[in-house]
Amino acid sequence: MQTEIVISGFGGQGVLFAGQLLSYAAMDRGKNVTWIPSYGPEMRGGTANCTVVVSDEEIGSPLARNPEAVVVMNLPSLDKYEPLVKPGGVLVINQSMVDRKAKRNDIRVVYIKGNDIAEELGNKRLTNMVMIGGLLANHPFLTLEDMEKALKEHLPAKHQKLLEVNYQALRRGAEYKA
Amino acid sequence: MTKELMKGNIAIAEAAIRAGLQAYFGYPITPQTELLEWMSARMPELGRAFVQSESELGAINMVYGAACTGKRVMTSSSSPGVSLMMEGLSYIAGTEVPMVLVDVMRGGPGLGNIAPSQSDYNQIVHGGGHGDYHTICLAPSSVQESIDLTVLAFDLAEKYRAISVVLTDGSLGQMMEPGELPPMQPLKTKFSDWAVSGTEGRERRFLSSIYIDPPAEEVINLRLLRRWQQIQASEVRYKDYYLDDADFAVVGFGSVGRIALSAVRTARAEGIKVGLLRPVTVSPFPTQQISELATRVKGILVTEMNSGQMLDDVNLAVAGKVPVEFFARLGGVVPFPDEILAEIRRMATSDLKLEGHPRDRWLARMAA
Amino acid sequence: MTIAETLVYSRPKSFTETQSHYCPGCTHGVAHRLVAEVLDEMGMREHTIGVASVGCSVFAYNYLNMDFVQAPHGRAPAMATGVKRVYPDRVVFTYQGDGDMISIGTGEIIHAAARGENITVIFLNNANYGMTGGQMAPTTLPGMKTTSSPNGRDVETMGFPIRAAEMLSTLDGASYVVRRSLHNPKNIRMAKKAIRTAFETQVRGLGFSMVELLSSCPTNWGITPGDSLQWIEDKMVPYYPIGDYKVSQMVADAKI
Repeated sequence: MQTEIVISGFGGQGVLFAGQLLSYAAMDRGKNVTWIPSYGPEMRGGTANCTVVVSDEEIGSPLARNPEAVVVMNLPSLDKYEPLVKPGGVLVINQSMVDRKAKRNDIRVVYIKGNDIAEELGNKRLTNMVMIGGLLANHPFLTLEDMEKALKEHLPAKHQKLLEVNYQALRRGAEYKA
Repeated sequence: MTKELMKGNIAIAEAAIRAGLQAYFGYPITPQTELLEWMSARMPELGRAFVQSESELGAINMVYGAACTGKRVMTSSSSPGVSLMMEGLSYIAGTEVPMVLVDVMRGGPGLGNIAPSQSDYNQIVHGGGHGDYHTICLAPSSVQESIDLTVLAFDLAEKYRAISVVLTDGSLGQMMEPGELPPMQPLKTKFSDWAVSGTEGRERRFLSSIYIDPPAEEVINLRLLRRWQQIQASEVRYKDYYLDDADFAVVGFGSVGRIALSAVRTARAEGIKVGLLRPVTVSPFPTQQISELATRVKGILVTEMNSGQMLDDVNLAVAGKVPVEFFARLGGVVPFPDEILAEIRRMATSDLKLEGHPRDRWLARMAA
Repeated sequence: MTIAETLVYSRPKSFTETQSHYCPGCTHGVAHRLVAEVLDEMGMREHTIGVASVGCSVFAYNYLNMDFVQAPHGRAPAMATGVKRVYPDRVVFTYQGDGDMISIGTGEIIHAAARGENITVIFLNNANYGMTGGQMAPTTLPGMKTTSSPNGRDVETMGFPIRAAEMLSTLDGASYVVRRSLHNPKNIRMAKKAIRTAFETQVRGLGFSMVELLSSCPTNWGITPGDSLQWIEDKMVPYYPIGDYKVSQMVADAKI
């Protein structure tokens, strides 16, 4: 079994950290995993994306031209990645930042108002976890419990007080099915 | 020990520390800077030496000085910075003192870019600095190998009084993967009989790469060459995948080696009997293994992120016994597995030729 | 009547019994001897690691009887940094000429001083590249003829000399930076005292020390050894004044 996930958005949307949490969760489940970032030359802002590959065997390429699942946090990411999702794969769209629908009908598309839900929960920086909840609900290569465990173990100490609200963000996102 | 999720650059830094690194000297350059930053925190914490030098020239010469004491020392940089270190590397080779260099390669020539590349292969494997010398060059393709080969680099450098280079690239440096670090080795306390330390209780020693008398320099050159023969005979390392029954073989090192693995697996699933040989030491090069491979496959595909620098070494090993094909991405572009897969399919289904040069055929295909 | 023998002069232990390759009248030999005497007097010979440079002093390690390493051109302060950082309890010094230290090695010397690297630098200034046959150096005086400034150094096109001691003295990391000369016995005595202070600065962990020594080069200057000593006094000293350019409070307080 191997799966590839791309998470893409603006720098500062927690794209890279979300990918790292998925990687921790996969590692803790005994899987092979790679996480590889790509970002522009800007120190702040700009675009950021990362590719996570999870597999039962030794991983070859850490990059995939046609990933099975893509989470897009903004419009440029949707424009870039919608054509690349593997047929039959999953596209999770942050509807708070994107004003159009997906064009493809050979993939499953999930619309989540990520920023709005995060703000309802009191912290817009939870958007990434809302989106990851949506990803795992539609592409269950890991469980929400795996992610909760990863959060508990790898969220920086100063943010540990935000654990419960992170769990909530995951669960709110997981309510959305394609 | 348990596995930790680590970036390649950090994995190399921490592995070096655990291998008993006494001193690190370096200069910031993307995409290796995390390595230097890790050292800047960890080395002082352990009471070991860390200096951010004024330039790569400064760094390599600080390494040179510290290496003359026989203590474990290293530096790290990326392609343009490594170019600046070539002077020092030649002196270090000529003085026969051990050191480790990590080169996290990026796109070039010139300032190039900060994307992954393999275009320092010739600079590291076939010289770079002046004079007759060879470096031991280890090319990891994963975080775990980055750890294991960094430790090995120190052991080999010491064993052969040579320069060991860990040749990695921006993608391996930035990529996170689970890896298991070795336990902390104690620092060395006994040093070789050539190392300087102050003359207390013994004759004085001096370390230099100057041999004004040409016949004396010739003796040194011959000694280096014989030592290199010994390294070639004993230290070749590679990994093979699906080669037992293979009709075709792919040869690639480092990050392209692992990307090729994905392509090889897909091709196998399609029924193409193809395997992969991934050199782990690109210097010494697995010449014999590739020469032997050439007697039992119908074609060999060489794939790199440079214009065919390793291809030349593969060609020498194959010696015209079997057609060789070439595929590359240059300038910091990383290939996707499907690009290599297309080349494997083409190799398996077309009439391969011995005439001409694989690089020329590749360029012609690109133009078409 | 018996005559008691009193030893008043002998070869320092820090000096090897090797005939030097320096030209007649060159003051490199004097500088070597002063370093050797000082290390003997301090009892530090066996705890010292020298760093030789490139230029006439490339063979310094043949004459100074202690562990030595040999640096690439200009890189001695970096190499000394590497040695010192892994052997902080040893005395580490570089011995460099002007082409080596203040032309090709400008970056290395400035940053070693800026870091307050606890090493000692012995810097010979003879206003030209000696070993390669007398070319213009960064220290060549305005108007001075060399084999690469045959009509005299024209500052309009070749720029001005660098006063290394003055320049390094501006760095907070430098603790002891002085200029002395080797052209007569009085100045040689002053030079020895400065070299002692420089090494004491290091031994006491007080940071970077550098002694610039005005030195003769009769062969390349094309004058006799005697005239070349006079030339130092007449031409070099006015441009490169003898003096203490930086004596940090800690060094001053140590009353070496």
